[in-house]
Amino acid sequence: MRHTLLDKLAQWGRHPLCWPVLTLVALLLLNWAFNPQFLHLEIRNGRLYGSLVDILNRAAPLMLVALGMTLVIATRGIDISVGATVAISGAVAAMLIGGTLVIQDGQPVYVAKVPMLLALLAAVGAATLCGLWNGLLVAGVGMQPIIATLILMVAGRGIAQLLSNGQIITIYYQPFFFVGNGYLLGLPFPLYIVAAVFGLLLWLTRRTALGLFIQAVGLNPVASRFAGLNARAILLCVYAFCGLLAGIAGLIVCSNVKSADGNNAGLLLELDAILAVTLGGTSLAGGRFSLVGSLLGALIIQSLTYAIYSTGVPPEVNLVIKAAVVFAVCLLQSETLRRWVFQPRLKGEEA
Amino acid sequence: MAATASQPLLETCGLGKSFPGVRALHQVDFRLLPGEIHVVMGQNGAGKSTLIKLLTGVYTPDSGEIKLSGQTIHPTSPEAAQALGISTVYQEVNLCPNLSVAENIFIGRLPRRWGRIDWAEAERLATRELAELNLHIDVSKPLADYPVAVQQMVAIARAMAREAQILILDEPTSSLDAGEVKQLFDAMRCLKEKGVAILFVTHFLDQVYAVADRITVLRNGERVGEYPVAELGRRELVSRMVGRDIAEQSTAAARADLCGQAAGAAFLSARGLGRHGAVRPLDLELRAGEVLGLSGLLGSGRTETARLLFGVDSPDCGELSLAEGGTRFRSPRDAIEAGLGYCPEDRKTEGIIAELTLRENIVLALQAKRGLFRFLSMRRQLALAQHYIELLGIKTPSTEKPIGQLSGGNQQKALLARWLATEPRMLILDEPTRGIDVAAKQEIMQQVLVLCGKGLAILFISSETEEVVRVSHRIAVLRDRAKAGELAGEEIDEQAVLRLIVGAEA
Repeated sequence: MRHTLLDKLAQWGRHPLCWPVLTLVALLLLNWAFNPQFLHLEIRNGRLYGSLVDILNRAAPLMLVALGMTLVIATRGIDISVGATVAISGAVAAMLIGGTLVIQDGQPVYVAKVPMLLALLAAVGAATLCGLWNGLLVAGVGMQPIIATLILMVAGRGIAQLLSNGQIITIYYQPFFFVGNGYLLGLPFPLYIVAAVFGLLLWLTRRTALGLFIQAVGLNPVASRFAGLNARAILLCVYAFCGLLAGIAGLIVCSNVKSADGNNAGLLLELDAILAVTLGGTSLAGGRFSLVGSLLGALIIQSLTYAIYSTGVPPEVNLVIKAAVVFAVCLLQSETLRRWVFQPRLKGEEA
Repeated sequence: MAATASQPLLETCGLGKSFPGVRALHQVDFRLLPGEIHVVMGQNGAGKSTLIKLLTGVYTPDSGEIKLSGQTIHPTSPEAAQALGISTVYQEVNLCPNLSVAENIFIGRLPRRWGRIDWAEAERLATRELAELNLHIDVSKPLADYPVAVQQMVAIARAMAREAQILILDEPTSSLDAGEVKQLFDAMRCLKEKGVAILFVTHFLDQVYAVADRITVLRNGERVGEYPVAELGRRELVSRMVGRDIAEQSTAAARADLCGQAAGAAFLSARGLGRHGAVRPLDLELRAGEVLGLSGLLGSGRTETARLLFGVDSPDCGELSLAEGGTRFRSPRDAIEAGLGYCPEDRKTEGIIAELTLRENIVLALQAKRGLFRFLSMRRQLALAQHYIELLGIKTPSTEKPIGQLSGGNQQKALLARWLATEPRMLILDEPTRGIDVAAKQEIMQQVLVLCGKGLAILFISSETEEVVRVSHRIAVLRDRAKAGELAGEEIDEQAVLRLIVGAEA
């Protein structure tokens, strides 16, 4: 009886999502210990409020970017330009929407320069172009992904500032705020975006051959080509998609703060996204990937940030604390370390 | 060294090792005498590599003991084994291609002088070590500048430079051509005369009889027996390895069967197809229901030809045409679309995707052909995998086993399955029997003939002339990256092919 329970536990312990889930639960419990109100949820004005909702909502841009990054990393690539892409998308949206004060029927109303839908499409389109550019450098020219995307990481912020003339553009057009701050059926709107993207990706990777193709290309590009896969097209799509998701994240970020800041929007987001993917159990060596894991990873990072703020850690040390926790989690996930700690000593060594 | 010729240098008693679900080695007694070349033979999975890994400390035994000159030893790592005088050279060369030959030989213990590396001394010593193996090369050049055979010799020199008394060679010949193998054997005989004991693992029967003194046969992890080479004929050796009698049909009889069949219509023809630096313009015609053998020495342009036909490399000149109209292939995709399949020579880097499962590897080409959205359901995938596992006799615990963990023969069968699943009309088999055991080899050759009987056009590439002669209706021979000639029907025998391979002066 006890034996089978242990076996079950051991089996569960080997599941790739076991450690991310445990880490997330531990962080939530930690938050709860410091703040008894943490798990409290309530409905006010037909909207769900609470720290948990807050964490989910705040993590939305990171979750989106991490999902895109997961696919890129599965092809044995990396995209460190997503932060800059976020800034570009925000700048395009802000530039096109802006908001001019006009008097309509005796009421002062802000109107958009360009119809909002068009502006949103343009912003996401620009971000997708950024991704395509990365994909062309990686798949077409054969550059190393980290170098190829480094170019846009540096240039992207410049482009964003050029678009905004080096200034922070404030947006006054009300309907745009819905993207990042709106509520639909009691839940924050960004969560619907994340759910839709996640659902789409899940369908693409499980119900079409995309998952198999991405893994094959990531694990052995040469053999994949010999088997008739069009590795270039797959890489191009994956990078473009990663850019597209960064673009959507950019809209959310920009709508959250009601402005576009070419310098700071999405700053270091690429590193958080890579971290989220890694925490979720996807190897940077490419191949097997876990979309759910990356979502969990993003939530871990956001919960950690929340814990640091809510426990009143002085801001000057919070990066150090964050690094220490991340280090611990990565150690826990390390196969080598686990084997070293848990494996009984070999018989031969005593002799 | 106290050991005399009668006392074994290395001995194992009742050695055993199990892995979850598999008994890899059971009660194995093995004796290696000083100054002998001892071959360990067995099919894939017989326990050869487990034995080697136990002797070199990669694994620790579950039972039994290992004795070196009568003393029980417990090697816990390859370094520990090396310190005891047991050096190993693996099938794949484990050296640093970017470093010089001398650096590779003395890496980690370069001779020093006044605290600095004494390069002149290192090169002098390296030259001397290689000279003992009868190899005279410039040791200051990077290893990558030399062919695989030389790299293999450098690996041996490196092992010997550590004063090894025991040298373990794990299939060192699988990527060498005939001349290079001879060079290696001369080096082995040199070492033998110095009293070094050599444990040699190979799949090639010819090589066993060319160089070995004694043979130990393993089957299913157990020792079948230990024999002096002179007392064990080929037939007996093979039947002991396989555990049953293999009726080895003579080459002449096999050819007689072939000649009775009529060839079909042309499927693919190449006219003046060539690529600068790869292969000079050549003509080839592949016909449905016919095996075209492609023979030649290593580096004669066999694989390069296959790559041109399959659209991996694009030709500089000439044209490729399908009988039913069509043009040159810009990529393997185009070739696959036209009904071609290619089992590449380098199985590990160009064939299998090691971390993916057997099932995923089998369905990959078919899925690629169908495209992204016409996804094969999991049920179809499992059914396909199961079908080919049974049809080709792939030995695997499940369809979900990562293919990298299967033996070479089973990987090769899985690659064959990958192409069969696409229902091809032509297959290119580049060294399909390299590095796999006798039984699997026979099964694959049998399958080639069955496929051909079903109307497939087959291009069969092999460096073993006998194999090519056995299965081919026609044979094209390459020499120095150009077509030296083509043989058909009655003209074909091993001598004729060899004459073409070697050229006019022979």
